Amino acid sequence: MKVWKTSLMIYGLAVLGAAVASNNGAPEDSARDSGSWDDQLVAVSPPPFSEGVFPCSDCHSPDDEVDRTPHVVDFHDTVHFEHDAENRWCLDCHDAQNRDMLHLADGRLLPFEESYKLCGQCHAQQLKQWKAGDHGRRTGSWSGRKQYLLCASCHDPHSPSFKPIEPLPAPIRQENIR
Amino acid sequence: MSQPKDPDWNQVSRRDAIKTLFTLAAAYTASGCSRDADKLTSFFHSHFKELSPDQLKSNLETWERRYKKRYETDIKVSSTPAKEGVLFGYALDVSRCIGCRRCVYACVKENNQSRDPQIHWITVLQMEKDKGIDLVDSTAYYDPEKVPEEGKFYFPVQCQQCENPPCVKTCPVNATWKEPDGIVVIDYDWCIGCRCCVTACPYGARHFNWTRPGLPREDINPDTEFLGNRPRPKGVVEKCTFCIQRSRKGRYPACVEICPVGARKFGNLLDPESEIRYILKNHRIFILKEELNTQPKFFYYFSI
Repeated sequence: MKVWKTSLMIYGLAVLGAAVASNNGAPEDSARDSGSWDDQLVAVSPPPFSEGVFPCSDCHSPDDEVDRTPHVVDFHDTVHFEHDAENRWCLDCHDAQNRDMLHLADGRLLPFEESYKLCGQCHAQQLKQWKAGDHGRRTGSWSGRKQYLLCASCHDPHSPSFKPIEPLPAPIRQENIR
Repeated sequence: MSQPKDPDWNQVSRRDAIKTLFTLAAAYTASGCSRDADKLTSFFHSHFKELSPDQLKSNLETWERRYKKRYETDIKVSSTPAKEGVLFGYALDVSRCIGCRRCVYACVKENNQSRDPQIHWITVLQMEKDKGIDLVDSTAYYDPEKVPEEGKFYFPVQCQQCENPPCVKTCPVNATWKEPDGIVVIDYDWCIGCRCCVTACPYGARHFNWTRPGLPREDINPDTEFLGNRPRPKGVVEKCTFCIQRSRKGRYPACVEICPVGARKFGNLLDPESEIRYILKNHRIFILKEELNTQPKFFYYFSI
């Protein structure tokens, strides 16, 4: 099941990637991002969408008129926006015309599966360390092909800092162990 | 010196006594009525390092039968040899750890520790940011509603898999040793429970089974390793093995996979391309109780 899912995802990535390239007529991503590094990776989980929101194009049509100047908006209920909120807003990352995609600062469209490239535009140091296996959590195998989680799997992209969580129970004190 | 009246007395009696003993033992082993034939077999086997492949195989099968009888469930006991060119290393980012203890309980589950009485192979210490790393002032029993707490940081300690392990040196019967891939293991069949190693370890990483482990059948992880997470008997010492049953098969230890903040890193120290080598190269690393020259392969660092 997992293998099936993964292969479907890789296939999906390939199709989306091809679509991006043909839509924009843009050259392939920079050498750093294509080729060897990506080939050695297996995505663990798909982008963590809130239930029922994807595809976004179900509600947002490409023909909608969109005010592209940053302004106060009513967010979806599931979104609590706390990510450099003074300077950032929705359309910095989400594409106004094609809501099922993200876009990079230079306008290139980007599927949600590759959102780490978008995050890396500002957080270059983290992206570099993530690729090296330094930043972030790894699962699977310490040798061979690496599994990876998207930035958004651990950090809520709308409110990325970690929130305090409940600890698991403290150990029983030595003197109370019978 | 006076000779015994019977000239054969000297040779015969001792030899006969031993012969009789072994014949009885063999008869006891062979007889179908014996409930614990396997117990006797495991009592008489040789040291782990001296077992032939056939003996090892039969030993593993013996234990599988014994576990089946004891826990009424199938438990796989394997013995995976160390891979050549592999030396395991572990790194922990102290600045990221939030003290949530997910690792502690993932470890308990993976490695079949006793639930009652409680045994934890990982101890997460809480320390004051103002005081820095101070083991004397630390506590493992913190219990706030949410972690991390303001002004505190967290410092998990487990077996440091020393290159120069004092626990191994102190064992009087060679029941614990360092494997070629750097993991310090214990043969529970050979351990006599003297607990010299528990006192020799400067990291408090070794734990003793004062009773037969309280391990409910439904909580058992059936994928076990002979020198690792197989259920332990009463009266032996146990400790972290970097999840030998996972790491030797190429997987990450359970604590690495569970950590919600990605503070735990693991890999092959001999592979220059590995994550662990990247971390050793790019961060300022320190080891715990460096002055004792135990040379741990467990490294701590602050990344932020």
